[in-house]
Amino acid sequence: MSDALRQTPLTALHKELGARMVPFAGYEMPVQFALGVMKEHLHTRTTAGLFDVSHMGQVLIRAPGGYEPVARALEALVPVSVLGLKQGRQRYAFFTNDSGGILDDLMLANRGDHVFAVVNAACKADDIAHMRAGLPGCAVEEVRDRALLALQGPRAEAVLARHVPGVAQMRFMDVGVFSSDFGALWISRSGYTGEDGFEVSVAEGQAEALARALLSSDAVAPVGLGARDSLRLEAGLCLYGHDIDARTSPVEARLDWAIQKVRRRGGDRAGGFPGAGRILEELETGPARLRVGLRPEGRAPMREGTALFEAEDAAEPAGHVTSGAFGPTVEGPIAMGYLPTPLAAEGTRVFGEVRGKRRPARVVPMPFTAANYKRGS
Amino acid sequence: MKFTEEHEWLRVEGDVVVVGITEHASEQLGDVVFVELPDPGTEVTKDDEVVVIESVKAASDILAPLDGEITEINEALPDDPGKVNEDPMGDAWFFKMKASDLSQMDDYMDEAAYKEFVG
Repeated sequence: MSDALRQTPLTALHKELGARMVPFAGYEMPVQFALGVMKEHLHTRTTAGLFDVSHMGQVLIRAPGGYEPVARALEALVPVSVLGLKQGRQRYAFFTNDSGGILDDLMLANRGDHVFAVVNAACKADDIAHMRAGLPGCAVEEVRDRALLALQGPRAEAVLARHVPGVAQMRFMDVGVFSSDFGALWISRSGYTGEDGFEVSVAEGQAEALARALLSSDAVAPVGLGARDSLRLEAGLCLYGHDIDARTSPVEARLDWAIQKVRRRGGDRAGGFPGAGRILEELETGPARLRVGLRPEGRAPMREGTALFEAEDAAEPAGHVTSGAFGPTVEGPIAMGYLPTPLAAEGTRVFGEVRGKRRPARVVPMPFTAANYKRGS
Repeated sequence: MKFTEEHEWLRVEGDVVVVGITEHASEQLGDVVFVELPDPGTEVTKDDEVVVIESVKAASDILAPLDGEITEINEALPDDPGKVNEDPMGDAWFFKMKASDLSQMDDYMDEAAYKEFVG
């Protein structure tokens, strides 16, 4: 990459805290802090971790007629019910392409008279161009003057509620705008760790003060991208460009839960998104391959790219690992990957080739660790 | 004690050489989660890949620093790979080997030279 790396409003703070910085999606980002990946991971699961996710794209989508025309337009780009999303709620979605693959995954929030979207850092320029071209009558504005922080873990609510009492009333996937000592905060009760927690958009000039205020709690440790990856993998969550990409369909990726009935065959707004032919067909007949969770036997991790075989002596690989690591909470190696549907059944034993040796792994359900979301009425 | 550019340390103990990785290497690797050691009795040639270490970040190989035979391995490591981070210069030695030519040790750095090497 020849361009200079971009910084976030928290870069100086990361360096002060002793982060090891790496290039990621064009940004200089902390991969780990003083605790190290393993302890940062466990700290997030047991108390709370603070993540800088300011590299992600924050996008406002508006139309003269308010939420309804924006939602209607978006449904031409995503196989998700955007019209059915209630005010103050957020929903997982993905942009699909004409062959039914995934261009990016994202969050969409209904903020009353407009949509707020959060997209992946590496895809944001393409996503914004895609929305500008594909959302006639809508204004697509990238929010460039706000940082995005994620506070995740069982203590996240108690810590954030000290500064923003209203967050205690939020449920999983609620969104809201709250006034605070740090200006207006755009908060959602969501995250990428499998834990309860919040994602907080804050004006860039207030971001460091907010981060310091959250970190002043003993419960909160700064957490880097390394632990973010192991946390999301244990939670069974996809990483775009690895577990899902332009060739994987959402049905193969087992993201069919995100495609509401109203967008499926027989629904009032069935189809009408790119790749609907393939995706709707796969929803009914099942895809040829599926994303699976894998528990390698022994301690050797099966990393991304590891070839998977049906038998120890099979000549050709049946699939491959798309994410693999050591799961600090699972206390063992975990992976996800794709296998032909007949091999994707829970309990199936396959073999991953690690350094020339075929090692057994078992297909297991995901998540690898139980989710700890604050659901409820 | 001698040090290699691959960040291994070598310590002569009687007629065997004990091999491990340095504090610097263990910090760079991050949390070690997997260690695979060779079988005792394995004949090795200098620069053979003899040990696999995986950290939370990536896999790396440890090379045989000398020609010779692996005589003993640290059986505790595969079950407790985190020891490599806790005590890399002591308890978390990897293997002992009988060198066929101890003069190969002369090629390696002493502690002062290694400190300069890692900066």
